[in-house]
Amino acid sequence: MNIFFMALYFIAGFILLGVWGLLAMWLERKAAARLQFRVGPPWYQNFADLVKLSGKEMLIPERANSLVFIFAPVVSVLAAAAAGTLILFRAGDAILILYLLAIPSLGAIIGGSSSGNVLAVVGISREIKLLLGYELPFACAVIIPALKSGASTSLAGIVSQQQAGGVFAGSVSGIAGFVIAVFSLQGKIGLVPFDLAEAEGEIATGSQIEYSGILLGLFKLSRAILLAAGPLFVVSLYLGGFNLSSPGAAAAGMLKYLLVLVLMILLKNTNPRLRIDHALRFFWGGLALAGMAAILLAFIGY
Amino acid sequence: MKNKKRVIIPIGPYHPLLEEPEFFSLYCDGETVVDVEWEAGYNHRAIEKLSESKHWDQVTFLVERICGICSTSHPFAYCNAVEDILGITVPERAKYIRSIIGEMERIHSHLLWVGLAGHFLGYNTVFMWAWKYRETILDMFEMITGNRNHYAMFRIGGVRRDIEDGDIPSLRKVLGEMEGKLEMLTRAVLDDPVLAVRLKGVGVLTRRDIKDFGAVGPVARASGVDFDVRKDDPYAAYPLVKWKVITTGNGDVFDKAVVRLLETFESVSIIRQCLDAIEGKKGEIENQVREVPAGQGIGRHEAPRGECFHYVRSDGANSPVRHKIRAPSYVNIPTFKASCTGQTISDVAIILAGVDPCYCCTERVAVYDAGNKKKLYGFPELVEMSRKKTERIIKGEMK
Repeated sequence: MNIFFMALYFIAGFILLGVWGLLAMWLERKAAARLQFRVGPPWYQNFADLVKLSGKEMLIPERANSLVFIFAPVVSVLAAAAAGTLILFRAGDAILILYLLAIPSLGAIIGGSSSGNVLAVVGISREIKLLLGYELPFACAVIIPALKSGASTSLAGIVSQQQAGGVFAGSVSGIAGFVIAVFSLQGKIGLVPFDLAEAEGEIATGSQIEYSGILLGLFKLSRAILLAAGPLFVVSLYLGGFNLSSPGAAAAGMLKYLLVLVLMILLKNTNPRLRIDHALRFFWGGLALAGMAAILLAFIGY
Repeated sequence: MKNKKRVIIPIGPYHPLLEEPEFFSLYCDGETVVDVEWEAGYNHRAIEKLSESKHWDQVTFLVERICGICSTSHPFAYCNAVEDILGITVPERAKYIRSIIGEMERIHSHLLWVGLAGHFLGYNTVFMWAWKYRETILDMFEMITGNRNHYAMFRIGGVRRDIEDGDIPSLRKVLGEMEGKLEMLTRAVLDDPVLAVRLKGVGVLTRRDIKDFGAVGPVARASGVDFDVRKDDPYAAYPLVKWKVITTGNGDVFDKAVVRLLETFESVSIIRQCLDAIEGKKGEIENQVREVPAGQGIGRHEAPRGECFHYVRSDGANSPVRHKIRAPSYVNIPTFKASCTGQTISDVAIILAGVDPCYCCTERVAVYDAGNKKKLYGFPELVEMSRKKTERIIKGEMK
């Protein structure tokens, strides 16, 4: 594949995932609103927000390192889109995607630390701890399907193995892995109960506090793309992936995606925010141990 | 001095946690808070001074505007104070109506708190549900008083509007529905394991702390201090109906939530008994008051947040010569020194919200030097001024 086609793929994936993610975000907001006796926003709300944000003045704090400050959201959104594109076209390696999915969080950390705000410092200290927390169980959740598909970490291999021999979520270790993946994803995307790096009521959005205009819009966009790419990754790893060969298959793939999204929305709306020590205990204590046990189970064939 | 080395995390003057302009400096060591400093004075309205320029009946409606949430507590306490000067009691029917309004306010205020506490914990479902249930109480207020807020029900010597017999069945119906919803909400909040993890053992105030800071209301009752003006200094219809003071012993934020939620059930029961007492009967709802003689009086009311205290002095003229107001948050807010120290920043948010602070009730004047932005009157200066004034009074230079 030459560089031209790669760029084309990337641009197509970026646009598709952006639109998809903003719609998923709308679904999340609308579902939350209906649960809370509210009306909720119209479907185009997130697009309108993005357009409006890009028209707003971009303020860069005096104390900020402006180069890092500007690049952090750009890198975040590009990495999220790259990971999403690889998942969408089933092209990459699961380990590579794991790396790329960590970059948006790193972007938030770097951007927050360059902004020189004291609340941002609290936010990034939480983000770092959270990153260390959820990466371990998330890695476990990637290892299980890799083991099950005969030590193959390529996404295409994992999906084709499932399409041949049944979805991994049908086995004991697969179910455990699926649950672990959904919880870790909740932390990765920063939804309640793991939204403590932003925690509007405590530290006023933490690392993003000094961001405005299009840069804030890019952070929102990277969050939206993660909301599209993250569940798709879980679908690929555990629910047999999706393909666009026929309308029926595409609908089935969409249903799988919605299942994961609805699980995350329910989790978000029925829980308060956790404290950082509780979150770490949950990720390292409960979830990582369960992840290792599931890896053992997968290794001996359950 | 040791605070100089710490990182200061500012909460306020404008912050998503606070509905009103208020400034907290959290002195932090990592995520642990080692000291809290509080500054008021962003929105001082000089209500006490204003009330000296209004006549007696106008002040009732002026003090109603001190707070938008407990907007009947201040007139309640003020009327008690003026009636103390007059040495009159209000007609029995007016007593019941006063208690009904006071308890309805308690329900809506506690529901408002539950919602806000949920919001600060990132639990927006509880936030919206609690506020939705609160709407029915506001509708009830509209039916009885004509207003959803600032009910204008009180006047010196009684109440302004009667509760019609025709309204009572629908009020009972609303109360019945309300009780079911409250039960559901209470169970949802108290049985939630994640909420328990977040709230239990957080921001503990011991009995000792309560005595030291003089905290009142649900804050005190959550620490096992059964201080309630309605019981300890009975007024209105509270001695005439059966109810109990809710207390719990742990003093953490969870217990404060328990006290508030259980109090709403007591309030429902009080309102039912009051409705029973006035249904199908006729009676006066006010004693006409012609003029207020010279003298001084105090009035207290157990507002949703605790004891609301009004002191009024009259020289026999048309308006008070001195009107002193002490809202419950004024004594509850200093407990932050005890409850926040040693906690993490994420817990401080809910601890600050846990006493249900009402900053507009608490506003005090603050004087700053415009040049160097230094505060001119701190605690020592104010104590000094107060001593000088007392000396002048003793010498007879001032009345």
